[in-house]
Amino acid sequence: MSHLLIRSLDRSAMVFLVIIAAVGIVVPLLNLLVPPTSFFHVPTYLVALFGKYVCYALLALSIDLIWGYCGILSLGHGAFFALGGYAMGMYLMRQIGGRGVYGNPLLPDFMVFLNYQSLPWYWHGFDMFWFAALMVLLVPGLLAFGFGWLAFRSRVTGVYLSIITQAMTYALLLAFFRNDFGFGGNNGLTDFKDILGFNVQAQGTRAALFVLSCIALVIGFLICRAIVTSKLGKVLLAIRDAESRTRFLGYRVESYKLFVFTLSACMAGVAGALYVPQVGIINPSEFAPANSIEAVIWVAVGGRGTLTGAVLGAVLVNYAKTVFTSGVLAPYWLFMLGALFVLVTLLMPRGIIGTLQQWWEPWRAQRAEARSAPATPAAQAPAE
Amino acid sequence: MTPRTTNALLYLDGVYVAFDGFRAINNLSLAIEPGEMRAIIGPNGAGKTTMMDIITGKTRPDEGEVYFDGNVDLTRLDETEIAELGIGRKFQKPTVFESQSVEDNLTLALNVDHSVRGTLFWRKTPGEVERIERVLETIRLKEARHRLAGGLSHGQKQWLEIGMLLAQDPKLLLVDEPVAGMTDAETHQTAELLKEINKEKSVIVVEHDMTFVRELGVKVTCLHEGSVLAEGTIDQVSANERVIEVYLGR
Repeated sequence: MSHLLIRSLDRSAMVFLVIIAAVGIVVPLLNLLVPPTSFFHVPTYLVALFGKYVCYALLALSIDLIWGYCGILSLGHGAFFALGGYAMGMYLMRQIGGRGVYGNPLLPDFMVFLNYQSLPWYWHGFDMFWFAALMVLLVPGLLAFGFGWLAFRSRVTGVYLSIITQAMTYALLLAFFRNDFGFGGNNGLTDFKDILGFNVQAQGTRAALFVLSCIALVIGFLICRAIVTSKLGKVLLAIRDAESRTRFLGYRVESYKLFVFTLSACMAGVAGALYVPQVGIINPSEFAPANSIEAVIWVAVGGRGTLTGAVLGAVLVNYAKTVFTSGVLAPYWLFMLGALFVLVTLLMPRGIIGTLQQWWEPWRAQRAEARSAPATPAAQAPAE
Repeated sequence: MTPRTTNALLYLDGVYVAFDGFRAINNLSLAIEPGEMRAIIGPNGAGKTTMMDIITGKTRPDEGEVYFDGNVDLTRLDETEIAELGIGRKFQKPTVFESQSVEDNLTLALNVDHSVRGTLFWRKTPGEVERIERVLETIRLKEARHRLAGGLSHGQKQWLEIGMLLAQDPKLLLVDEPVAGMTDAETHQTAELLKEINKEKSVIVVEHDMTFVRELGVKVTCLHEGSVLAEGTIDQVSANERVIEVYLGR
């Protein structure tokens, strides 16, 4: 087990982990310990904003694992993110208890408003954090498993798979919009009060959620690295590049796809669950197909098949979104996003990190050669 | 149906396959003995590649029997199961994993535990290191072990794919046009390599290059329109009137 972890940590992975750890420590400290008057103070709204980016980064990572390494282009990954978010949202709703507008100790406000007499069966258990946390993993995981089992066994690949993932998230969007579906319809779940007894609006809780998001990102990254640097990672690349050849070598391609797809959905679910308390709302628009496509663009911009690129792309594109959607350019944001995708595809098909790696490659090869040249005669000696 | 047993390693009897009404394989019967090397020749569209597709589970026959190792019914298994049984295949167009190194290509081909979990926790054992080393030696790609497979020459890719078959260590190798696009020297080396492999394993070679087939010096089957036209030594087959008419030309 430990060999997996050790092998996965090359220099770029270490650099990445150090950066995330630094951000995860410095940002909350600058928020909590530095007085608001200081130049170095990070306001709480920024902590929540950065927390949102980190959750998006985890979503991007989950997409990169299946798209960049296994060639599965999911255009419905936002669905798993949103399901994880709803599971967390349900817990947060149950925590409100009698403090809602209608003061019903058992039923959330929207249920009272819609004349629910009792709590729907699927809302039971969500008053317990451990149960909700389990559902955050289980619901997206089971959906991905069922969906993947059907799709991969029937050998649905390429653009057809992308289309049915879109259909899946769109179907969920329509379902969650319905008032009688039991998840707050159009308005979704909001007005959260506290999480594990802490006020979700409080500065300290925000900082803690930010740190937890960074920890989740690091764990997600380590899992992905361990997978892609193992032999399993080589098999995934083989499936991506020549699926039928891989079958003729005796690998059960559908099992491999199912494994990474399900794992990826669980990661997206965790990202969604951490996202909801930080933004304070989850509604059906999170299922919108456009959201899933946007997440794929983050990965393409950062560089697919690099993991670090997915994280970088998510943060950069979302930072740009924050900047541009708040100024005079706001109406043109979607055009800019579209143009970005077209330009990256045409000019930088490997994305930012992929292009950088391409530049480093000759230099790295040179160094590797210089290192192995004196070692080669010695290594051959015992064989002779 | 009672399970059938034959002495042949591979046994095809009365196999039919039609694609949109076109009979690609028409009452094909063929038996390969354990340890045998067989060359399959025939004009384009004779059904050579379709026959390989049937044996490896890519195509299911409409009718007929396909048995491996005496009593394993191949028509009921899929590609993965057939590969795990010990039938390896080299494709007509060299198909290697281009974005991975030569050594990784061979590692992927090793016949070890192919389950998801087994692959995740897999570590190279000294025995496997040695096996890869031996294969690299055989296919003469020792110097190129760290190079990406996509950067190899055409001939080297063909050899790498044969090397992957060796790493897979199957009982039966299906080799589709191994010398297509090779120089004369490479063709000769490939013939030597296949003869070497045949010392331990059964081999079916599909090839157009008659010089190469002659060099192999094994039993030849000529296919035409999906069935066997002639079978025998290279001299018998190439003297056959029908073979000359449909394939070799006068």
